[in-house]
Amino acid sequence: MGNEGVRPLRFDGSASYVATAELALAVNAAITLERPLLVKGEPGTGKTQLALEVARALDAPLFEWHVKSSSKSRHGLYEYDAVSRLRDSQLGDERVKDIANYIVPGMLWRAFESERRAVLLIDEIDKADIEFPNDLLRELDRMEFYVYETQKLVKARHRPVVFITSNNEKELPDAFLRRCFFHYIRFPDAGTMERIVAVHHPGLKKALLAEALSAFYRIRDVPGLRKKPSTSELLDWITLLVAEDIEPAALRSDDPKAAIPPLYGALLKNEQDVHLFEQLVFLNRRAGRPG
Amino acid sequence: MLIRFFQMLRAAGVPVSVTEFLALLEALSKGTVTFAGLPAKVTVPSGSLTERFYWLSRAVLVKDERHYDRFDRVFAAHFRGAEAAFEALLSADVPADWLAKQFALTLSDEDKARIESLGGWDALMETLRRRLEEQKGRHQGGSRWIGTGGTSPFGNAGYNPEGVRIGGEGVNRRAVKVWERRDFANLDDSVELGTRNVKLALRRLRRFARQGAADMLDLDATIESTARRAGLLDIRMVPERRNAVKVLLFLDIGGSMDDHVRICEELFSAARGEFKHLEHFYFHNFVYESVWKDNRRRHGERTPVPQVLHTYGPDYRLVFVGDATMSPYEILQPGGSIEHWNEEPGAAWMKRLLASFPRHAWLNPEPQDRWEYTPSIRITRELVEDRMFPLTLGGLDRAMRSLQ
Repeated sequence: MGNEGVRPLRFDGSASYVATAELALAVNAAITLERPLLVKGEPGTGKTQLALEVARALDAPLFEWHVKSSSKSRHGLYEYDAVSRLRDSQLGDERVKDIANYIVPGMLWRAFESERRAVLLIDEIDKADIEFPNDLLRELDRMEFYVYETQKLVKARHRPVVFITSNNEKELPDAFLRRCFFHYIRFPDAGTMERIVAVHHPGLKKALLAEALSAFYRIRDVPGLRKKPSTSELLDWITLLVAEDIEPAALRSDDPKAAIPPLYGALLKNEQDVHLFEQLVFLNRRAGRPG
Repeated sequence: MLIRFFQMLRAAGVPVSVTEFLALLEALSKGTVTFAGLPAKVTVPSGSLTERFYWLSRAVLVKDERHYDRFDRVFAAHFRGAEAAFEALLSADVPADWLAKQFALTLSDEDKARIESLGGWDALMETLRRRLEEQKGRHQGGSRWIGTGGTSPFGNAGYNPEGVRIGGEGVNRRAVKVWERRDFANLDDSVELGTRNVKLALRRLRRFARQGAADMLDLDATIESTARRAGLLDIRMVPERRNAVKVLLFLDIGGSMDDHVRICEELFSAARGEFKHLEHFYFHNFVYESVWKDNRRRHGERTPVPQVLHTYGPDYRLVFVGDATMSPYEILQPGGSIEHWNEEPGAAWMKRLLASFPRHAWLNPEPQDRWEYTPSIRITRELVEDRMFPLTLGGLDRAMRSLQ
């Protein structure tokens, strides 16, 4: 990084994203060493958001490749649009003679071709077939691939900053993992959470925030929940609370009528969880009643 | 120093390779930890040197949160007491004034009291923010951190802009304990089974059989082959794909089994797409003349076992999940059930089930080395013809293989 004219590529979180120091370090290490960063963590902890924010912070173009269960690795490289070519050949179009007219570049290709250093997000890589990551080894390692139809080698002008997210639905192969850096976004503690909420709801009343956070962590601590509410659900919930103009006092647990927080539908997404929560609240209330 | 660390990691079962070790050295030499090569105006992220080394090495060497805990333990063992020396080593090419900050990072109780006397956290945060804005200007001038020493409330805090956290969750000296907190202990699943691995193992159950005549149009292959032949139509056919595996799942429910049952239910329903049919029934401790499908209505709606035998054909695979830990009477004696009076011993019903479903397996969450000492497990094992497997990834793998 001896180049003085170049703005150092560094990421410390941004105006709309709170990155812990350890996350910032992992991101910066991945940027410096030009390795892909694999990000895991509970759903709703901002894995996908990270790539968007890094792209914004570095002022780099962002290419998003959302992986689905039917995705194949070649979808990210390029696709050969055989149907168009077939139609053109029937119509006698001149374009048909050049096969390059029917090669549609994928996200990886477009990130490689970018004039500036790009950020590439490969979202939810675990959704695809189990062989999918293995098929991308060479592409991510050397940042180049070969287009067989046109006999052309596509090589990255600038190695893009690659973010890969996974929800742990499938085990990723070792050979793939060895090429990545890895960071597990843990669930934010109360302090970090306050910063996150402050970033998203700057004008929030202190009292409401404190009550909402304590209600939120209380719900997360209920044992046996199938899906614990996460950061994004907390943010949704606070948006609702603000929109409905709920009083902070209504969130307090010692108010028997409001033992179930208002608008809890934003936090609990599963009728078994709601049921369990209601039962626990009912039991608590009975236990707490004098006499 | 680092090579021994690397070897200790391998010995502790963290799968690190030489490639990753070299990547770590490369990262260190590029100054990712010390930020030695960066222009002065760049703010240095929070955390002591050792802490940042910990984060970096974890990101580079560990690729699975299940191994975080093992990594933490090795890290603690290796660097205990050696931090000072290690930091000196890491920061060999860092200006001395930078190191001074390391000492400033310790907040004494006295300091904390002083912070309180200045009006508590909120007022302090406000002042701090204003102070930080001024500070930015001075950054350009060369000074790197907020007022060193003296009477400023932030004097020895050394907080930097993105670490504006006072008290609460200070990242400074407490940091030494980051790897001692064992935050990731519950993610280590070498003992128990998470849903993740099991789904992989269950894939063994899947047998996508392409059998029979090629009677389905393979659209993709047809288009591709036609296009490759420059428009000459070339029809490709494939046989229809059928998933032939059918599973009958018997789950022991109640008491100590509840946690395991939840895992297994999730597992099998996650893999539901892989099976042609998946039926589940519950029992308590051992199977007798009836089982049930809904645990909340277990006393009302029961399914007689003979009905199960007649409804499902022998092509079903029978999978039991249970700890098989009970009194031997519950298996061998009429009336041995702890819940009701059973006319026939459980063993008799078991034999009938096994005779109807020749392909069967029993998954047992109890650790395998304890099986020998529990008589009821021994009896059950004999009953299921030794096809009992531990509820671990390896065991599941063997169970699935024996079902084929």
